[in-house]
Amino acid sequence: MSNFFPRWSNLLPLKLLVCLAVIGCAIVGGIWYYFTPKYTRVGYQPDQPIPFSHAIHVKQLGMDCRYCHSFVEVSGHSNIPNTQTCINCHGQGKVKWDSPRLAPVQESWKTGRPIQWIRIHRLPDYAYFNHAVHVNRGVSCYSCHGAINEMAVVYEAKPLSMSWCLECHRAPENFLRPPSEVFNMDWHPKSFDEQLKVGTKLKQEWNVNPPVTCGGCHR
Amino acid sequence: MLRYFFIGFTLLLLLLVSMTGLRGWKSKRPPLELFPDMVRQAKYKAQTESSFYADGRAAQAHATGTVPMGYSAPQAKFADSNSSSTDLAGPYKNIQFSGSPTYRETGRMGTQWGTGIPFEVTPSIMQRGQERYNISCAVCHAATGQGNGIASKYGLNGIANQHQQRIRDMADGEIFNTITWGKNTMMGYGSNIQVPDRWAIICYLRALQRSQNATLSDVPDAEQKKLNR
Repeated sequence: MSNFFPRWSNLLPLKLLVCLAVIGCAIVGGIWYYFTPKYTRVGYQPDQPIPFSHAIHVKQLGMDCRYCHSFVEVSGHSNIPNTQTCINCHGQGKVKWDSPRLAPVQESWKTGRPIQWIRIHRLPDYAYFNHAVHVNRGVSCYSCHGAINEMAVVYEAKPLSMSWCLECHRAPENFLRPPSEVFNMDWHPKSFDEQLKVGTKLKQEWNVNPPVTCGGCHR
Repeated sequence: MLRYFFIGFTLLLLLLVSMTGLRGWKSKRPPLELFPDMVRQAKYKAQTESSFYADGRAAQAHATGTVPMGYSAPQAKFADSNSSSTDLAGPYKNIQFSGSPTYRETGRMGTQWGTGIPFEVTPSIMQRGQERYNISCAVCHAATGQGNGIASKYGLNGIANQHQQRIRDMADGEIFNTITWGKNTMMGYGSNIQVPDRWAIICYLRALQRSQNATLSDVPDAEQKKLNR
């Protein structure tokens, strides 16, 4: 009876336990790491019908965001410019009209059908975000879109998850900037202390009190 | 035995990570929505697609003779005075585009181009004008108005210098019309710049024009001292 189980089986339960623990940790770690918009959303960079470069138009030419996104200060939705806005500069006989890369602009201008841009930043349909209230109260484009002025091809830079929104809604002083610098993508506070000083001042001046209740964003 | 498990496990992990990538890696694949409950609803948001209408747009152009919600209704009679100054109380509260035949929205008084700003000009209007000019106009006409903006360096020709006598003499109403509908190679900016902002831009343009032909006596005393120093 003494050798019913071989010797190696003595440690088997312990070894199995170790294996299961490691697998369990890997699953939990994997879910923590991957099942979040920090992984699923950030870095989404689809091919657009036109390889429009914000780096050229904003960084190199110094155009203002609002030349194209002209209603971002008055509308909840930041408008994708109409084709005519492209044609202002890229019209017949103007800048790069004949470029094959701009063929969809030409086609849209001739047919009247909009250019089929691919939407990158998409909130869930039950979240209501208003661009105007944010940019008019010192939340820069940079805060949510990252360094879009340096992107040759736009990608999603921030997770746009609820916890990420709440980071700012709970402590706006960490992000607010002077209204004159909202559309200046190159403005960065020199230190966190300076940010806190500017942010706290603006928060008090404007009585910024972002909603952290459900009804603030979900209606 | 445990050693084989760990080797296998590490290989499996590497395989999975090589397939999924890390956070922040660029990807052309649309984001996965892990819990898609009501994330995409059967409703239209701004500038979205629709398979219902033939032209594929959810937002249809308004039917002729109707006024979209939130827009000011066209007024029946021609106004030739500064009568519309009251609607400026909240100039940016609602988007003000309309087909109204007033001077404020056409630049015409009767059949002529009118002149004058149809509301009181304050320093804040001037600042607004400067801001809007630098956003929408300076790209071609340059911040100084001399017509050598950044677009002219990339092959956009025929940009008007704002300091030529023809434009200095031009009626405000005609400039308003040019901003709204464009002229020659310039496209209209009526769909990008709101009515009060167009007038604010004209205010600022007039100041720009004056600045290019100013003498020292035009500068306020306080500022003169700074210059003399």
